[in-house]
Amino acid sequence: MFGYYFELALRRLQRNKALTALMVLAIALGIGTSMTTLTVLHVLSSDPLPGRSGSLYYPQLDARDDSGTMPGKEPPEQHTLIDGLNLLHAKRADRQALMTGGSVPVQPDAATIDPFYVEARYTTADFFAMFGAPLRYGHGWDAADDEAKAHDVVISSELNERLFGGANSVGRTLRVADTLFRVVGVLGDWAPSPHFYDLNTGSYGYAEQVFIPLQAALDLHLQHEGSNECWGNGTGGVGRIYPSPTCVWLQFWVQLDTPAKAADYREFLIHYSEQQKALGRFVKAPNVRLRNLMQWLAYQQVVPDDVRLQTGLAFGFLLVCLVNTVGLMLAKFLRGAGELGVRRALGASKQALFTQLLVESSVVGLVGGVGGLLLALLGLWMVRHRPSDYASLAHLDTTMLLTTFLVAVGASLLAGLLPAWRACQIPPALQLKSN
Amino acid sequence: MEFRPILSTLRRHKTTSWLLILEIALTCAIVCNAVFMVGHRLQHMHMTSGIDEHALVLIQLAEIAPTPDIYARAREDLAVLRQLPGVQAVALTNFLPMEGRESNSGLKLDPAQRERTLSAASYFGEDLPQTMGARLVAGRDLAPDEFVNADVVVKELANGGTKGLPAVTVITQALADRLWPGQNPLGKTIYVTDRLGVRVVGVLADLARGNAYNDATAHYSMILPVFMGAGKDWSYVIRTRPQDRETVLGAAVAALKKADPERVATRQRTYDELREKFFSNDRAMAGILVGVIVALLTVTALGIVGLASFWVAQRRRTIGVRRALGATRGDILRYFQTENFLLATFGIVLGMALAYGINVFLMTHYELPRLPGIYLPVGALALWVIGQLSVLGPALRAAAVPPVVATRSV
Repeated sequence: MFGYYFELALRRLQRNKALTALMVLAIALGIGTSMTTLTVLHVLSSDPLPGRSGSLYYPQLDARDDSGTMPGKEPPEQHTLIDGLNLLHAKRADRQALMTGGSVPVQPDAATIDPFYVEARYTTADFFAMFGAPLRYGHGWDAADDEAKAHDVVISSELNERLFGGANSVGRTLRVADTLFRVVGVLGDWAPSPHFYDLNTGSYGYAEQVFIPLQAALDLHLQHEGSNECWGNGTGGVGRIYPSPTCVWLQFWVQLDTPAKAADYREFLIHYSEQQKALGRFVKAPNVRLRNLMQWLAYQQVVPDDVRLQTGLAFGFLLVCLVNTVGLMLAKFLRGAGELGVRRALGASKQALFTQLLVESSVVGLVGGVGGLLLALLGLWMVRHRPSDYASLAHLDTTMLLTTFLVAVGASLLAGLLPAWRACQIPPALQLKSN
Repeated sequence: MEFRPILSTLRRHKTTSWLLILEIALTCAIVCNAVFMVGHRLQHMHMTSGIDEHALVLIQLAEIAPTPDIYARAREDLAVLRQLPGVQAVALTNFLPMEGRESNSGLKLDPAQRERTLSAASYFGEDLPQTMGARLVAGRDLAPDEFVNADVVVKELANGGTKGLPAVTVITQALADRLWPGQNPLGKTIYVTDRLGVRVVGVLADLARGNAYNDATAHYSMILPVFMGAGKDWSYVIRTRPQDRETVLGAAVAALKKADPERVATRQRTYDELREKFFSNDRAMAGILVGVIVALLTVTALGIVGLASFWVAQRRRTIGVRRALGATRGDILRYFQTENFLLATFGIVLGMALAYGINVFLMTHYELPRLPGIYLPVGALALWVIGQLSVLGPALRAAAVPPVVATRSV
């Protein structure tokens, strides 16, 4: 029976080629655009560290004075050096890392390679273990190296490829900003996106090439990059002078394995703020936050507004395309009412007619859906060739492939149900009479 | 033309009519908002920078080994650049209008004030107005002897002193109008911190900020007499004739590297390239919006054509009867045109309400301004015209139905 309906559907659709093409094209365009934008949205708002993000938290303190702030306002998004080091040394979390961004000149030994600048991260020992950064060779440094201001460096696999031809370079030396560093580790492929731990560098498509112990970097006055916010008589620093003590410019992340530990840590932050207020460093009442990774990304509104807007626009377009197809399908079914009447009169049940019409509309929907999938692939290819910083991320994964398929089937059923139902409502006698 | 027969016919095709009305309404609502957003983006993209954009090239250099004296280095670099043929003026600045980054300061009119009045972009650098081509409308430019090296300012503020801090500033007209509406800003004092007060000595017609994202605050800028010294993030700005830009850029990079080989040029570009990059997202978004508008109108037009074709085919006999009873071709044509006009009007009325609703949603979620009333009639007109044009083909076919059809059986 189903095969017969299918054949019937194809025959009826062929009778009106232009119209069928129009309906298929409308559905394909609608699904293509909405899946392209939804995929971009999905990729941009995805979890950069699946499995780990739940236990990673970003504590915030409010060290600012009264000037320029209003009560109840959110605390600053970064930390002063003093508070960062205090929290780091308190070791109240399972793991913790203090960090900031930078950029450094690398001077290769080989005379054939000119010196070049790379993005750097100045951080502390727990960074690699806490974020689950895989090391291809060697290992990170430890807390003692941090305090000793050790000239250790972990390099990215890309830099290792460029400088050492991809060999195990652990133990080799690297001249950075006129200082000799010892390579202790080489990262595997690791570039979390969004660049959650420091969004000041740009949220997407950013990856550091060298990781240097924070204290060593500060000691050497390596170039700092990122944003800073100051109050009082603080200044953002210039040249080799870092931002003032009344400026926030470092990020601090902690790993807290259980909700109870998170609650304890929040208490600790409040206690710390009170203590600092007693010492006269803080002037405001404790104003702390402890957001986990995904909450932090949501708070920072890391997904560009334009991407959300495009998704909304595309679904609006899909809706218009669907309404358009429903209208055309309905007109088509009603126009063919005479034929349906004949079938009814010959004994076909209402349900059989309904099924037949639904098969017909589903064929249109499915062909449109497949077309939409192809258009989505084309759309994503176009997004990848746009100059935005997230361009390279726009790929269809299995979740989105499945979603596309479901949307296509859903859309086709939606487009078919109403016309099929409506066309079956007319009594057979009337259907025969028309025309 | 009478509406009554048309309405009674439409009542017999209620579902289909409603679907068409819904499609027109949705299209109208989305198109109104999309056209408005395109206008908004285009307006943003045409923001003035206040400088002579086509005459500027920019170079950023980064040291390989730490530079012993960044101030001497920068002075020598500037002297080297001035010697080059084709160079009209040079300056060193911490950022440029629309660079996408900036230094800014919270300004107060009274040091005892608790909260900042506003935040303004702070340019640091000598000869900036003259080199960039920002027009001075009142007062004077900052004098060379008023400039202070950046590290002096940092140290003095950190030590809690006031010795050797900058004392004067040049601000934009927009900032002056915002701080002292209707008053002469010359001689007035702005507090950058409670100890750093600067007197306004000059007013610029315009100088956009580095983070010129918000149209309302994009022109709040000031120049402070601070000399940055050589640094990776600062730009050498060179003014030349537009046709000499490429040549001068190449020669300047070569001359700077020769003056101190221990560095790499991390960026060299024209100001036009910088501006192009700053607005690239807006340009892309405007393009996408235009694409969606065209696609929506096309789909809706094709939908109208398809539906009208069906109705014409379905009513061939009726049309024949009307023709036989004396209706002219014009009558039949007008009938279908009027029918579409009625449907479009219903759709447009519904669409207006929907457009307003979408705008309210966008205003609360995307900081978009209120949709000006003018966009509604424009959207309505677009849909009426498209409806009439789309239905013309099927209507002409209907008008061509000969009266003899009435006498034929199916």
